[in-house]
Amino acid sequence: MMDLTFTEEQELLRQAAQEFAETRIAPKISEMEETGRVNDEVVRALGEAEMMALTIPEEYGGLGLGYTARLIALEEIGKVSVATAMMLQVLGLGIEPIILAGSEEQKQKYLPGLASGERLATVAVTEATGGSDPGGSRSTYKKDGDDYIINGRKVFITNSHIADTIVALARDEEDDSGRAFSTFIVEAGMEGFKATHREHKVGMRGCNTGELSFENCRVSKDNLLGVEGKGMRVAMAAIGDVGRGGMVGCALGLHAACLEASLKFASERILYGKPISNLQSIQNKLAEMKIDLDAGRLLGYRAAAIQDKGIRSSNEFAVAKYFTTEAAQKAAKVAVDIHGGYGCMEEFAVSRYYRDAAVLGPSAGTSDIMKVIIAGWILKPYRK
Amino acid sequence: MLKIVVCVKAVPDPKEADQIRIDPVSKTLVRVDVPLVLNPLDKNAMEAAVQLKEQFGAHVSVLSMGPPPAANVVKECLALGADQGILLSDRAFAGADAYATAYTLARGIEKIGSYDLILCGRASSDGSTEWVGPELATLLDAPIVTMVKEIIEHGDEWWKLKSGLDNGYRVVRVKLPAVLTVTRELNIPRTLSFSGIVKARRKPIAQWGIDDLDAPEKAVGLKGSPTIVSEMTTQESKREVEMISGTREEMAERLIQKLADAGFLSSN
Repeated sequence: MMDLTFTEEQELLRQAAQEFAETRIAPKISEMEETGRVNDEVVRALGEAEMMALTIPEEYGGLGLGYTARLIALEEIGKVSVATAMMLQVLGLGIEPIILAGSEEQKQKYLPGLASGERLATVAVTEATGGSDPGGSRSTYKKDGDDYIINGRKVFITNSHIADTIVALARDEEDDSGRAFSTFIVEAGMEGFKATHREHKVGMRGCNTGELSFENCRVSKDNLLGVEGKGMRVAMAAIGDVGRGGMVGCALGLHAACLEASLKFASERILYGKPISNLQSIQNKLAEMKIDLDAGRLLGYRAAAIQDKGIRSSNEFAVAKYFTTEAAQKAAKVAVDIHGGYGCMEEFAVSRYYRDAAVLGPSAGTSDIMKVIIAGWILKPYRK
Repeated sequence: MLKIVVCVKAVPDPKEADQIRIDPVSKTLVRVDVPLVLNPLDKNAMEAAVQLKEQFGAHVSVLSMGPPPAANVVKECLALGADQGILLSDRAFAGADAYATAYTLARGIEKIGSYDLILCGRASSDGSTEWVGPELATLLDAPIVTMVKEIIEHGDEWWKLKSGLDNGYRVVRVKLPAVLTVTRELNIPRTLSFSGIVKARRKPIAQWGIDDLDAPEKAVGLKGSPTIVSEMTTQESKREVEMISGTREEMAERLIQKLADAGFLSSN
């Protein structure tokens, strides 16, 4: 029989994440919204609270708690600040390729610092040609003695300006097939590597997105991650499982926050002498938000549970990513609607949720791309 | 090494206090659907124990009496830094008043063994009698300092404490072993950490029933309770919400007027 309840330990993890978000993140939101910049204290707090250590094995300084625990943490932080959840989710995304494909030396070198927050990670795959077709990436590498030289430009990279440990995907410029990709661990400060343009996003202010430039960036063979020419597999496994899973956490958190704000407002806002929550049209909206939230949770935690069994769950996460991000965007719109004119005022958190929701869709793959992935998954047995 | 026992209680989540009802017949709290959480003031007691452990080294036992779901708060205390957890849980313990609770806890403490310090929150957020700590001290024949808001000096035998009063404080010297009930001024409780939760996996948690304690059945639970709640009422509170609209100046003006009309502002 399938057990759909959380364990006692998972409930404690949720409580810990909730307390952390309310005490350490919530007080920084207005500053993040105002400046649009990453708040250093938030980053430090994430490290101190061991948020980056969740999926890192204990032997490398992590907690080895796995992906359900990660989803719980992201959901709880996302309820308070989706920008912070997004930053954290991509810190985890940057860590994952090293866990999956790193050599023992690389794991020893990078993972303890990434677990403690002394190092901050990201993944650099997306280029100006688009993130949906990583095979079309133009960034290249070539061998030069024992080193590799990387050239190219990556865009829409979350944590671009705060990460010092970057897993970058590049194509072998000497391979005629154009399908030989490798992943490299690039460190901030390496010659030829630079974080350049900072984006100004409509939402998730306080989470940094920008561009990375590689100009004859020389990395040693020790920085090659996994097998040369097999880098696409490394990058896609991380993005498919951890990247999509992370977006599910952000979406669930945002959705729950929209519902909570709507329930509170609808119970307090008096119209025709009664709270508007007495109106059936408002009740329908609230009920639909709850139905979507519960359905999204079941999809997301199912995928995470599969992942915790050591089984790839990119496809299950594609279903969950599609559903939860679409549902969260809808929930944000409905939450603003329930708030009426107040929903358009920045004093009310729902206006932030609405802006943040816009960023959920394209991150880690648009809804249209999720459908392509899901269709590919279910059609596979029928393809001759 | 100091041996500390922290007595904690699982209480209905104070954040959902409006969901708690009183059974008109039994005069007990109806806790259906309200999650049990660690009593807020017991967090201060736990924090004090963990700080002492970090400062001087100590073995911290956490002891609670309650239904099986109260094991969650014992587990939480292990995650906060306690070394072992004991839940006193038995149908025979049900319906206990403060005295029977203190009696059962005292038998539990005797089973744990020797102690230097027993820490309790000043009161629980549900019953709020403030009696369990003093009754526990009486039953164990130990000195007690209530409402401790500061530990001024730690000696080998004698400790100097600041104890709160309604309109001030008193400085008290107490000889260990002793019972202390603590207030929220004593410290700021730490929040749960993920690594604490992972460490708690390896810490023992025991459940003791009536057969595990040196206690006759007539002395525990409802049978052992000399006090009976004859009346309990809830206080009705109402909130009215009114949205003020207009320009900032207009809204401020109307708000001031409304506060003045309601008597919150003086006329000058």
